Amino acid sequence: MYNFAYHRPRTLAEATQLLAANEDAKLLAGGQTFIPTLKQRLAQPSDLVDLSAIAELRGIREEGGGLTIGATTPHAEVAASEVVRRVVPALADLAETIGDTQVRNLGTLGGSISNNDPAADYPAGLVGLGATVRTSKREIAAEDFFTGMFETALAEDEIVTAVHFPKPEKAAYAKFPNPASRYAIVGVFVARTAGGVRVAVTGAGPCVFRARELENALSADFAPEAVEGVSVSADGLNEDIHASAEYRAHLIKVMAKRAVAAAG
Amino acid sequence: MAEKGIGAAVPRKEDHRFVTGHGRYTDDINLPNQTHAVFVRSPHAHARITRIDKESALAVPGVIAVFTGADAQADGLGSLICGWMVRSRDGSDMKAAPHPVLAVDRVRYVGDPVAVVIAETLQQARDGAEALEVEYEELPAVTSVDRAHDGPLVHDDVPNNLIYDWELGDAAAVDAAFAKAARVVTQEHVQNRLVPNALEPRAAIGSYDAGSEEFTLYLTSQNPHVHRLVMSAFVAVAPEHKLRVVAPDVGGGFGSKIFIYNEECVVTWASRKIGGRPVKWREERSEAFLCDCHGRDHVTKAELALDAEGNFLALRVTTKANLGAYMSTFSSAVPTYLYATLLAGQYRTPAIYANVRAYYTNTTPVDAYRGAGRPEASFLLETLIDKAAREMGIDRAEIRRRNFIPKDAFPYQTPVALTYDTGDYEATLDRALELADYKGFPARKAEAERRGKLRGIGISCYIEACGIAPSQVAISLGAGVGLWESARIRCTHTGKVQVLTGAHSHGQGHETTFSQLVAEKLGVPYEDVEVIHGDTASTPIGMGTYGSRSLAVGGEAIMRACDKIIAKGAKIAAHLLEASEADIEFEAGVFRVKGTDKQKTIQEVIFTAYVPASYPEGVEPGMDESAFFDPPNFTYPAGTYVCEVEVDPETGTVSIETFVAVDDFGRVINPMVVEGQVHGGLAQGIGQALLEGAVYDDSGQLLTGSYMDYCMPRADDLPSFEVHTSPGTPTATNSMGVKGCGEAGAIGAPAAVINALTDAIGQRVEMPATPERVWRAIRTSSMPQAAE
Amino acid sequence: MPTVTMTVNGRQVSGEVEPRTLLVEFLREGLGLTGTHVGCDTSQCGCCVVHVDGKSVKSCTMLAVQADGAEVTTIEGLAADGQLHPLQQAFHENHGLQCGFCTPGMIMSSLELLQRNPDPTEAEVREWLEGNLCRCTGYHNIVKSILAAAAAMRGTAQAAE
Repeated sequence: MYNFAYHRPRTLAEATQLLAANEDAKLLAGGQTFIPTLKQRLAQPSDLVDLSAIAELRGIREEGGGLTIGATTPHAEVAASEVVRRVVPALADLAETIGDTQVRNLGTLGGSISNNDPAADYPAGLVGLGATVRTSKREIAAEDFFTGMFETALAEDEIVTAVHFPKPEKAAYAKFPNPASRYAIVGVFVARTAGGVRVAVTGAGPCVFRARELENALSADFAPEAVEGVSVSADGLNEDIHASAEYRAHLIKVMAKRAVAAAG
Repeated sequence: MAEKGIGAAVPRKEDHRFVTGHGRYTDDINLPNQTHAVFVRSPHAHARITRIDKESALAVPGVIAVFTGADAQADGLGSLICGWMVRSRDGSDMKAAPHPVLAVDRVRYVGDPVAVVIAETLQQARDGAEALEVEYEELPAVTSVDRAHDGPLVHDDVPNNLIYDWELGDAAAVDAAFAKAARVVTQEHVQNRLVPNALEPRAAIGSYDAGSEEFTLYLTSQNPHVHRLVMSAFVAVAPEHKLRVVAPDVGGGFGSKIFIYNEECVVTWASRKIGGRPVKWREERSEAFLCDCHGRDHVTKAELALDAEGNFLALRVTTKANLGAYMSTFSSAVPTYLYATLLAGQYRTPAIYANVRAYYTNTTPVDAYRGAGRPEASFLLETLIDKAAREMGIDRAEIRRRNFIPKDAFPYQTPVALTYDTGDYEATLDRALELADYKGFPARKAEAERRGKLRGIGISCYIEACGIAPSQVAISLGAGVGLWESARIRCTHTGKVQVLTGAHSHGQGHETTFSQLVAEKLGVPYEDVEVIHGDTASTPIGMGTYGSRSLAVGGEAIMRACDKIIAKGAKIAAHLLEASEADIEFEAGVFRVKGTDKQKTIQEVIFTAYVPASYPEGVEPGMDESAFFDPPNFTYPAGTYVCEVEVDPETGTVSIETFVAVDDFGRVINPMVVEGQVHGGLAQGIGQALLEGAVYDDSGQLLTGSYMDYCMPRADDLPSFEVHTSPGTPTATNSMGVKGCGEAGAIGAPAAVINALTDAIGQRVEMPATPERVWRAIRTSSMPQAAE
Repeated sequence: MPTVTMTVNGRQVSGEVEPRTLLVEFLREGLGLTGTHVGCDTSQCGCCVVHVDGKSVKSCTMLAVQADGAEVTTIEGLAADGQLHPLQQAFHENHGLQCGFCTPGMIMSSLELLQRNPDPTEAEVREWLEGNLCRCTGYHNIVKSILAAAAAMRGTAQAAE
């Protein structure tokens, strides 16, 4: 690890100021991806701005019938939250599949989505539920937030503060984990919402995406069987030592079917 | 049986320090005035080193020194060696290329150490290593053993990269048997390359004392004396009597810590170069993936000839073995004497022929990993036999039974050099089938089908040669050292017993098992026995722990040293009891004049030996005896494993539902420890079958270089196991009747899993049988042309 | 260099650290608590698990400065007054360890499980251990140890009622 200056601001304003004042400053949330990256000397920030002491960034509350989860809320808290279990149980289930216990105890929602790992779970949940990302500057629809592999719509000095999830009619997440890393080889989040059926896929492509052909089929009939007739193309899907594009395409259907079944 | 004697499931002595965080591993040791070393490693699989600019690293704050291969060469450091000579069938010696401790001019695998940077702190050493400018001219590389023969040369003077072309068995007899066979079953398969992954990364601290001119090396080693021998006799780091090697608590080995590696030689040598300050190195896990020897990596074609009734007539095997970029310490023996000699398995196949070609490639060196050659042999036979059974329509248990060496045929000379001493293969098979409810399987399969799952059952009847090794046999086959073991029993005034052993425990629980042995043998309290190991300064010269040898060879040395204690004690007791030595009997810690109540306890006798107020003439004072034991034969643990799997046909995911192991280890000293050894072996065998595989790309980069991509078995990948260790057939090779248990699980498990999977889906999938491979196999199986 | 102050195994400690110092480095090198081990560099093996403010974390994936002001418990702090914790006792009695290297992390991780779920099933134990690798035991006796410890701790809790 290269050395850096460390800051632990108490307010969002202070954090924003630190970020703006130091060109190579980076935010530190749970650190479960970032610290390993630093250990490998793959990043060399001048300053680390630790968000953990900013009370306003943490917590889970009901809002407008849906949920608002603070950016530094750890996965374990989401998974164990009675509120989340009641309002969007699929999101608690998703949080429960991230990493392992210790990663879930420190890793945060804001950290996960800001990193936008193509195999991370939360992006599927956000896009699948049509969530809104709130930042220090604005609100961004989830679909516009995730822009590419490890890329988001965030500006350099912008900090995710919370995510608002509308309550779906039904939703579920089905994940086929990489047996080694336990990241998603394919993760499919299916939701039936007032605005229609949404199917978000993570792990399979360079960035989370909506599977429109599955959405169309499920809009007509929200049942596992409806997935059978759909053809999912392998074009543009990831290919690595763990899974070919063809296998990923197949798994998208299988996981979609299982998610629909689980959503009930 | 004493409460904590032989056969008792005694909880381990060593546990207390480990469960409280007071273990003492190499990385826990910090010596005064210590420096830190980081190795600069080749990022290329094959390249010429065109320039190293030491100044670039020396300019970094805190950097003390930078050494390269040229420095080591200038100081006369020799080559790392492969200690087992294997000769090709044309009589020529294996082509052992030089293996410098730091690369000279050429690098041959990603991770090949090029230089060492020594600094005041670890961070500074890392900074220095990053700053060191090394220029390379890349060369074409070869990584797969299939392409090695015609690939770019890893070592210029080794044509075709061929290290040896070795054979065993009677080719003519095999050809004749194939000519008259009713049936020939053929299989080609890959033995996947594995990364041992002991949880403790390797570490070393070398230091030099200018006053005594002695070197001390703290090291993660399974065999500190072997390290000392090779580092002095071949690498010339230090004279043997001036080098102390200490292997403190060691966090698992599985073979990977047997070998003499570059780094420990370098830090020891470097300490003297920098004026005697200790030099500490601890590898990162990502380094371990690149630099700890890998295991397996064979490509094999096997053919079995059978008569119409399914009797085996002959076996013909052709194997190509990948030994990586350099020949590691025991690498040559693994695909030859530890492999082809086991190809008879538990069966009376009359004719066997094996041809093994070993190749250099631009990959991490390959050497012994738990089982070492024997898992490869067992997998070959047991999957091939399953295929024969399927093709001939014979029940898989029945075809094995038909071909077993009968229990009255021992000692049994196989056609591949070994003489099995004892065994009852039918008994272990019967017991395993009963425990696994083999008969009830069809009902479970039908039930699984109703749930949409494919269920399969697989049998594997393994054998291994353990207790390595009878020295004369090993040396006649090319071993460079004898493989006896040593022990010293040192009694103290107060009747306590110190057991100094040349074996080394890195998880096996020797402190407990050896204490049980000695407590029972000498009749002293278990708590009064202390086992000391792992330090060349205090233990007798020993050959270390590998090949399931610690108890069968090292334990017997302890027993024989105890015999000497008892014999000497009898002389002293006879004197004290005013009886003839011939009239003294010893039992449960008491010397007694036969037929009388006149007796002396062993503690009284020991005290007398040190305080000889009244003492027999001609007997030396003291009670301190040593023994060396060289076994007359290997031991042959064997058993049957039965595995049941369920496959999710939609995803190809395989889950192990049940796993039954019935092992014949002969006599068992501590069943709890023995079962634990089996559990661990099974997990590694299941890992090989379903999860683990090292993958290189064509340029020689290791794609599975961390736990993100190399799949280690986790708790939720495995079931609870059902492990049984009887009925056993004790061996006569040692006085305890023990055979060895450390490797069995890893040897027998892969075939049991793969056979179960094959049974479930209708065709064999290469290891590791990943979900995608299984899914593809299911898809092709359902197509009409499906055939292996 | 920043100074960190934390309570480790009930004792308040302070030390100057570079910001890049990992918590595990501070514990091992700064405080000499070498029971917490490092077995990988990708936050997966779990050999380094300790408790920070009552939750299990991987101390190789946390900076020492992040733990400033926290309560830290390591394997060395588990046995009270020389009495082994029921988990330590159960690992011993059930042969839940061989080489011992993963053991501190295994115990510290399963400690949180039993705090959250005093009566876990075998499947729940196995799932919980996702973040802890062991290469020796095949997990069989680790799982057995944790279940035995859970039973022992429930027994003690009942007896106290």
